[in-house]
Amino acid sequence: MLFFAGMVVLNRNPVASALSLVVSFLALAALYVSLDAYFIGVIQILVYAGAVMVLFLFIIMLLDLKAEVRRRMNFPAVCGGFVVILLFLKVLSDVCYGVFGGNAKLPPISQGPQGDAWQIGMLIFERYNLPLQVVGTLILVASVGVVILSKRELK
Amino acid sequence: MVTLNDYLMASGLLFAIGFAGVLLRRNVIIIFMALELMLNAANLSLIGFSRFNVQGSLPDYNAQVLVFFVITVAAAEVTVGLAIIVALFRARQTTHVEDISALKF
Repeated sequence: MLFFAGMVVLNRNPVASALSLVVSFLALAALYVSLDAYFIGVIQILVYAGAVMVLFLFIIMLLDLKAEVRRRMNFPAVCGGFVVILLFLKVLSDVCYGVFGGNAKLPPISQGPQGDAWQIGMLIFERYNLPLQVVGTLILVASVGVVILSKRELK
Repeated sequence: MVTLNDYLMASGLLFAIGFAGVLLRRNVIIIFMALELMLNAANLSLIGFSRFNVQGSLPDYNAQVLVFFVITVAAAEVTVGLAIIVALFRARQTTHVEDISALKF
């Protein structure tokens, strides 16, 4: 997953970059399934690897993007970037391995006959019903906004 | 045996890769994909915490509902962002951020 995520950033060709993003999202869905979050894994595959990536590829084809030309690297900026990356890794490993008990083993669960889609559904429609409707309104507003953005001639 | 740390490290590295992509690349669409990577890193750590916070032999499903909402909002954000990119391309014939400097001081 991390290799293909790196390829998203490193590839010069936008189409190859988008395809690596698909593989990265599929691997991420596999990680979700390994965490017993089957519903979220399926949603990840459907929404990201399906809808969002088709949208990205469609836009890339529509705009007919070429591979980016190689730029001359600014040497002090590259050095500064590596220093920032090393500091970030240091802080990350400190937080993960030092501060709190993150060394816990995977605790056993028993999901019972219903499964996690049932649990999430009950939670969404009973406890988080108002946020669900707000999100639905947000999607409606977003789709209307997209139509307006792509219709009107921007000057 | 996999521990919570492994998932958190994977999530942090994924976020770092996405952040590097936002900073390094000059193509608006690639920057957008890197943003998606960062969102997914946050989702991965949420799912990890949910799985390791077991209450009565069930994982914490509130986090998974939150991830569901995050995915929904991210999908809406992707559609709006790509529409903006298409409008920008129509107006300027470019997707490179260095060519878009109308608001630059």
